[in-house]
Amino acid sequence: MLKAHFKKKLPSFELEVDVSISNGILALVGHSGAGKTTILQCVAGLQTPSWGEIAISNKPVFSSELGTNVPIRKRRIGYLFQDYALFPHMTVEKNVLYGKPKKGSASEQVLTAGDVLEMLKIGHLRNRYPSQISGGEKQRVALARALMTEPELLLLDEPLSALDQNTRSTLQQELLKLQAQWKIPFVLVTHDLQEAEMLGDQIIKIDHGQQEIIKEQGEQGKPEKLELVRGLNNAR
Amino acid sequence: MPIILSLKVALASVIIVTCFSIPIAGLMARREFWGKDVVESIITLPLVLPPSVIGFMLLVVFGKNGPLGVFLEQFFHTRVVFTIEGAVIAAVVVSFPLMYQSVRVAMENVDQNLERAARTLGAREIRVFFTITLPLAWNGIIAGLVLAFARSLGEFGATLMIAGNIPGRTQTMPLAIYFANESGDMRTASILVMIMTSFSFLVIYGLNRWGKGARRDSRGGGTNA
Repeated sequence: MLKAHFKKKLPSFELEVDVSISNGILALVGHSGAGKTTILQCVAGLQTPSWGEIAISNKPVFSSELGTNVPIRKRRIGYLFQDYALFPHMTVEKNVLYGKPKKGSASEQVLTAGDVLEMLKIGHLRNRYPSQISGGEKQRVALARALMTEPELLLLDEPLSALDQNTRSTLQQELLKLQAQWKIPFVLVTHDLQEAEMLGDQIIKIDHGQQEIIKEQGEQGKPEKLELVRGLNNAR
Repeated sequence: MPIILSLKVALASVIIVTCFSIPIAGLMARREFWGKDVVESIITLPLVLPPSVIGFMLLVVFGKNGPLGVFLEQFFHTRVVFTIEGAVIAAVVVSFPLMYQSVRVAMENVDQNLERAARTLGAREIRVFFTITLPLAWNGIIAGLVLAFARSLGEFGATLMIAGNIPGRTQTMPLAIYFANESGDMRTASILVMIMTSFSFLVIYGLNRWGKGARRDSRGGGTNA
């Protein structure tokens, strides 16, 4: 669950967002430079909003009013970078294991690298280095690495933009499948409206820092909204 | 033996320089703070100052009446002027900026997205530094080591001023060569020059080979995507 309402001053305009998603995929669509990536970075904690509140799974991670700013590593998010950001000096397996929660941590699930690698069909690449695999494979590794941390929210920054059409369609299908399996909200940034329509349960267009709702989440979204407002109040 | 002495001084200097330059370079590469440019200039200053100026400053600071000289005398009953420690201090001061510069540039060139990715994967700053920044800045660290070692080994002016030229105690290779030549002992001078040259060559060659090997390991071989 993500609920975010914040403002962030950028050099040429002020970004204002008010989004919430409890399950499914929220697609943020817009031209480059519209502020899409900034939204993801604010949610992840890589940038600090100038005003507002962000809550992940009913826990406030940022609040300008309360002065809360939870560090990135404690936000329990997975982040897919546009350029994958795989560690070039580590094998695929080491990349995937980098964020594995230590034994005895709060997580209930016991995920092994093997499970995640197999699920994303990259088990055979485990001993390769990022420079030795293709773009589509890199994206799968990056996904596996992010999921390995058992995040409560997955943020994807133009995850498919650098891939060819075939790989792209395959991975679009797999993202849908993964989301259904994993049951955590995905926030996906794309400049491609078609892709947004194909993947998004909810689509928001960002233009010069202003948002325009293109597609609302289904009916089940509304009662949950109430629930999370209650959750936010309880958390305080 | 001047060669052994030189080696001791250069080795001690490189160890000290490495310990200090890596954290300082890490800080300077990634953090913004008030007065950063001033700090940067002070660190780099020994690179442009003549060795005699550095030697003079060290004498002022570490001399009998200098602030650190008095401190060392009172609390540790020791002094660094005309000792091998003095030679090490001179070597550290002149070689520090070289190591610092190359490590800082290498760290600045590490893709910040990789560090961000590590943070989103739950890593603390210290883990990000040791598992991402440092290994990826390896080339720069090796280059810095080579430069710092070479500069320490060749230090002459500041060493002469603070450590003097005491055979067997503070007479390093460059000093021995200079004074052998001065006294007309061309044979000793040329032998020392040959030893110094071939030794420096071997050290730099070895370090470069080592760096290349480590680089190959860290990059995971060729690119056959």
